This record gives sequence, structure tokens and C-alpha cells, in this order.
Amino acid sequence: MQIFGIATQALFGQLLIGLINGAFYALLSLGLAVIFGLLNIINFTHGAQYMLGAFCAYFLLQGAGTGYWWSLLLAPIAVGILGIIIEKTMLKRLYALDHLYGLLLTFGLALVLQGLFTNYYGSSGLPYRIPDELSGGFNLGFMFLPKYRAWVIVASLVVCLATWFVIERTKLGSYLRAATENPALVQAFGINVPRMVTLTYGFGVGLAAFAGVMAAPIYQVNPQMGANLIIVVFAVVVIGGMGSIMGAIVTGFGLGVIEGLTKVFYPEASNTVIFVIMVIVLMLKPAGLFGKER
Amino acid sequence: MGVVPRREGSIVFEGREIGKLASNRIAHLGIAWCPEERGIFSSLNVEENLLLPPVVRPGGMAVEEIFELFPNLKERLASQGTKLSGGEQQMLAIGRILRTGARLLLLDEPTEGLAPVIVQQIGRTIHALKNKGYTVLLVEQNFRFAATVADRHYVVDHGKVVDMIPNAELDKNMAKLHEYLGV
Amino acid sequence: MNTTAAASHDTRAGVIERRAARGDRTFLVATLVMALMFVVAPFVGVYPVFLMKALCFALYACAFNLLIGYGGLLSFGHAMFLGVAGYASAYTAKNWGFPPELAILFATGLSALLGLVSGAIAIRRQGIYFAMITLALSQMIYFFCLQATSITGGEDGIQAVPRGKMFGVLDLSNTLVMYFVVLAIFLAAFLLIHRIIHSPFGNVLKTIRDNEPRAISLGYDAERYKLLAFVLSATLTGLAGATKAIVFQLASLTDVHWSMSGEVVLMTLLGGMGTIFGPVVGAFILIGMENYLAGFGQWVTVITGVIFVFCVMALRKGIVGELGAWWTKRGN
Repeated sequence: MQIFGIATQALFGQLLIGLINGAFYALLSLGLAVIFGLLNIINFTHGAQYMLGAFCAYFLLQGAGTGYWWSLLLAPIAVGILGIIIEKTMLKRLYALDHLYGLLLTFGLALVLQGLFTNYYGSSGLPYRIPDELSGGFNLGFMFLPKYRAWVIVASLVVCLATWFVIERTKLGSYLRAATENPALVQAFGINVPRMVTLTYGFGVGLAAFAGVMAAPIYQVNPQMGANLIIVVFAVVVIGGMGSIMGAIVTGFGLGVIEGLTKVFYPEASNTVIFVIMVIVLMLKPAGLFGKER
Repeated sequence: MGVVPRREGSIVFEGREIGKLASNRIAHLGIAWCPEERGIFSSLNVEENLLLPPVVRPGGMAVEEIFELFPNLKERLASQGTKLSGGEQQMLAIGRILRTGARLLLLDEPTEGLAPVIVQQIGRTIHALKNKGYTVLLVEQNFRFAATVADRHYVVDHGKVVDMIPNAELDKNMAKLHEYLGV
Repeated sequence: MNTTAAASHDTRAGVIERRAARGDRTFLVATLVMALMFVVAPFVGVYPVFLMKALCFALYACAFNLLIGYGGLLSFGHAMFLGVAGYASAYTAKNWGFPPELAILFATGLSALLGLVSGAIAIRRQGIYFAMITLALSQMIYFFCLQATSITGGEDGIQAVPRGKMFGVLDLSNTLVMYFVVLAIFLAAFLLIHRIIHSPFGNVLKTIRDNEPRAISLGYDAERYKLLAFVLSATLTGLAGATKAIVFQLASLTDVHWSMSGEVVLMTLLGGMGTIFGPVVGAFILIGMENYLAGFGQWVTVITGVIFVFCVMALRKGIVGELGAWWTKRGN
């Protein structure tokens, strides 16, 4: 069967890949957006922290026989703690300076982490098996849907929407939004803003690690996995709007699908389509599709 | 309030030196701040703005009591905070710190940019707060307004308190005051 | 100059003039010393190939510094100018038979054009957004170069680029001759950059960097100035890339990869943003380090990262910047 001259199997297959990529784009840009919203820093280390999450899962499995489900919980916590250490020892001192120093610091940290892991583990991927409960798939007629892929999409959506809900609809979220606008006043009301900032960074980093664990069975565990992804994720965040939570989610999934479709109809442009969109958006609506001008 | 970085001299509250404390600790001692320009958060609606400052001491006003003082707020709970008029925002800014249980209220230029009718309303509000036992530290450029609500006037010049005039003795000291406040 | 200084002896203008004259003299002396060091270096055992590589990167860093140090704009996409110019000069030298001077000129011109187009897009936004746009544009160029295998050779790049005979006489296949040509190009560009910085244009640029609203209120079209600075920076980066391609007889994807943009940021940061000698120092240190650690694989990346972190946390003015600050404090 064919739609627009493309076999349905190929079309839906590519759409699925697009949705999967979109799920990762959404998760990662969500973490970046949360961090940028409160800290005003572009966390270049995000890709490396995503990679660390995947490696955590790998180590847990190899070293302690700890399976996938536990890794989903433990890896974000472990990498999140590392993030908190980074924030307290280094990032905190840069808040008074030009925001670009934060970018440069996190860029340097990314190089360190990536270099260290590439040294010890090379650049080819380490294997990570899909957990048994999620192997196999459903035959939907027009395509074959692997269980693990479906799980990734659903889990990402749930986590993204849960994060959105907490930030936009709960008391804790109102503290976060208020502190983004006027941290001094929120502090004067009695809330420990620096602690909130630290924990927010930790949470954003944890999100990256969570994405890393989910990525391990699909993309394999490899020190370069974050570097290849992070630049695209930056573009996603910029298009969505740098502090916007819903923007990150919608743009992430949306751009993943667009990229997938581009691969079907116009493959040469699939690598650059997101960047082209970013340039266009920046010229027409510089704050991003969902962003507010700062 | 611990917001300004460079401070000299000493600030004592309820017998405690608070000059070097961080601002969130000061809040927990029972001092609440209503900043100049109101500080209403645009990314929060009115209800979230109202409920934002945490309760730091028992004895704060219940939300219903606050609505009695400021009935307008009850109707606009779901609106975005900054969509309110200047006067309503001022009410919101004062209202939200009443919930916290703080007894000392710092009001920074509450009448700035407001219509005379609203200014009168704020005056009535401050009287009501005084009657409820709150201590209010009012920073005001509008001397006439300050005279209608204050018990004591402190003249501050270049960060130093240079004089204190009780409200009852204002008329006797007009000449001195004109000198202080004159350009 | 001496008579003017004597005449305005004790006025404020006089003090500024004397400081400027002293600054000029210091610069001239320092440049002379630097030039002398480079002239002598190959004869005292320093490998000319290493020197040429370092000089090309020093030029790259100086060009980059023009934009960030004096213009206040952080570009994260300068690799596109370096790489594209490299491809252009390599391609024309190899496939069109251009003599080296023409190849370099052509490539530099192409860089200027690319700078104009990308600058026009990027310059409207500031700070983080500007950096992100330059990064995105450079990524587009990267993927284009990756895929346009007929021009760029894709993953293999353009190899066996002929050195040729410059102006028909200078045989560039002779390493020493090539070296002195590179040195001449570097020094010329270096002096040009100094001239630009201390010109009226440069002064306005610095004003815009320090306080853009004020500059605009004084009547300057800030965007025009920033765009011009961007184009100049792009052009000189192109010059570096074009020369490098001839020297190493190779143009490859590495030069358009975003890590090349990151490297130049580090060189400038390490040496000292907004100082004229800083980028040169930074470039030499980093290239030297890469050379020395070449056998240690990814440790180069790790150490690069550590230096980045260290500079941001503790050495924000860079080596030359900190030295300069210390020197000034001593003088006072």
C-alpha cells in the first residue's frame, strides 16, 4: 500500500523513528528549559549527563546485576547528585557574571566528561539489552510496533506532562515561576531560593540521565551519544522558547516527527531541517514559538 | 530586609541583631516586605500570588479576612497577576503578606502612581492594620499622606536617621520639615 | 608626537595622549619582539610545521577576538568560516590550478561573503540567541560539506593540495619559504587588526560593547557596526583557514565541525579576551599542548575541558589579561 508514493510500512516506520527521536528531544529540551528558566544558563553539559545516565544503567547491570527498572530510578538520582555538586561548587559563583560564562563552564565540563569516558570505553557502543518485559511487539497491520519503542514514547509523554503539571499547576511550581521572575523578592518572603536553584539544576540533570537510561537499549551506550544529540536539542529549545516548558515538549515531539517525515520525502535535508527552522523562527519570533520576550 | 548588599550600623528586631542575616531568615522572624513597584508576579495568577508567601508565624490573617479588607481580589482570583490595575495590585501586594503571620510590615511607597481615591483606600487599610496590632514601617515620599496615618515620622538623610517628629507635633515643626524636605 | 606631548604637558588630554603614545610604543616593541622570535625560531630547533599550524590558529584566534573581545559578541560558529575557506582554497588550488595567492584571496573573499550573509541573519539578536544562531548556521554548513562530496570530498576531504609557487617565484614546497610566507601573512593581519581596533571604527565598536543603549543614544547605528565587525572577523578567519589548507595540503570536515568553534573560544579565553596578544598566546599554548599530548588520545579533550573550566572559574581575564592587570596595579 502507498501514501504519497511512499510505502506505508516505510512511512509509518519512519514516523515511529521520528516520534522516538522526538521523545528524546522533548525530554532533553525539557531539562534544558527548566534549567535555563531558573538559572539563566545554557547547560552544555546536558548531553554528557544524558550519556552518564546511560552508562549508569550499563554499570548497574554489569556490576550489580541491577536491571532496567531500578536503573530508571537510580541513574537519575546518581547523576542528579553529581549535578548538584557541580552547581554548588562552580555554577553558583557565575550567576553574577555574564550568562555566557555559564555556557563556557558547562562546555568545558562536557569536554572533560566525554573525554574521560571515550578514553576508557572507546567510541563504539556498548550493548544494553532491552528488558524482557518490553521485548517483542505488536503487529498493527500497517506497521510493526516494537513494545520498547511504544514504552519510550508513553513514558516520555508521561514524564514531560507530569513535569509540566508540577511547574504550571502546583504550589511548588508557583515558587519556581516566581523565583524565575524575581528571586530577591521570593527570598524576602522566606523561601530559600539558592537551595531551590540547586535542586532545580539537579532535577534537570536527572531528567537528562533518565533519558539516557531509556536510550541505552535503542542507541546503545556510547561516550559520544550526547555530543551528537546536544546541538540538535539546543535548536529545539531555541525554537520552542528558551524558558517555556510546554514549548520544549511540543517542539521536541513535533520536530522529531518533522525530521522523520523529511527523511522520507527529502532525505538530504533531514540533518539540517531543524536548524533551518530555527533560523526562520529566530528571525520572525526571536523568543521562540512559545517563549516570552525577556 | 537583607536585600541590599552593603550595610553598616546595626538593625535590632525584637532584641535580636538582624543586620547580617539573609533575607529569608529575616522573613521567618516575622518581618514582611511589600516592595516598591509591588512585585506582582506575571507568571502567577492572583490566587497564586496571594498564597505565595509562606506562613512564618502563627496568627496570620485567614484568607477570608483578607478578602474582607480587599473585596476586589476575590473576584479576580484567576486573572494573571499583572492584569490587575495599579491599585488592585497594591492591594494584592499588601494582602499577601498579611497571611504570613508577620507583625512588622515594611511598605515601600505604596501610594506611588495611584489615583487619590485609591490612596485614600490605602490609608484606610493602614489604619485597619494598625487597629489589628500590626506595626507598619512606611516609606513614603507623599508627606501629606504619611501625615494621615503615621504616629511617628523619621526623617532619613543619606541613609541616616536625622530626626524623629511625633505626629501630634507636626504643626509645630513645619519650618524644620520644610528645611529637611526642601530641595 | 613629542612636541605635542610637551605642549599639552599637564592637561588631562595631555595625559591621555602620553598614555596612548606610551601604549603605542609598548605595542610596537612587543610586536617587534614577537616577530623577531618567530623569525629566529625555525633556526633554533622549533619545527616549522608546528609553527605554521600555531600561526594559522593564532590568526584564527585574533580574528575571533576582534568579535568577542572588542565587539562583545560570542560566536559559536566560526568554524564555518575557517572550514569553508579551507575547502575553497584547496579546491581552487587543486582543481582550477589557482596559484596559492589567488586561491587564498578567493577563499578569503568567499569567507567575507559568507560572513555578510550569516552576520545579517545573526546580528539582530544578542547574547545567547546570537551564539545559538551562529552555532545553527555553522551546523548547516557542516552537514552541507558532509554531503556535497563532489566538492568537498565528504569524509575524506580534499587531499594532495598543491603548494604551488607564490607570485610565480616563491616555491612553497620548500618548508622554510612556506613558513616565512605564513609568518608574513600572520604579521600583516595582526597589524591590520591592531589598526582596526585603534581606529575610530574600533572605538565606536568598544563603546557599543560596553554600553549599547548609550552608543545608540549617541547616534551610532549599532547593528551596522556589529555587522561590519562580524564580517571583518569572518574574513580574517577565512584567511587563516585558506592559508592552513595550503600549508597542510588538506581540507577536511574537522575544520567545519563545531568543536573547532569551541577550540577558538578556548584559545581566546585562555590567552585573554580583549587583549591583542592574548589570542596568540592562547593559540600557541593549545596547539603546543595538542602536539605534545598527541599520543595520549582523548586526554587532549579532557585537559582542554579542564583548562576551560579553570579559565572560567579562576582566570577570566586570560593569561595576558591577568598579566596586564597585575602590571597596571604595580604601576599605580
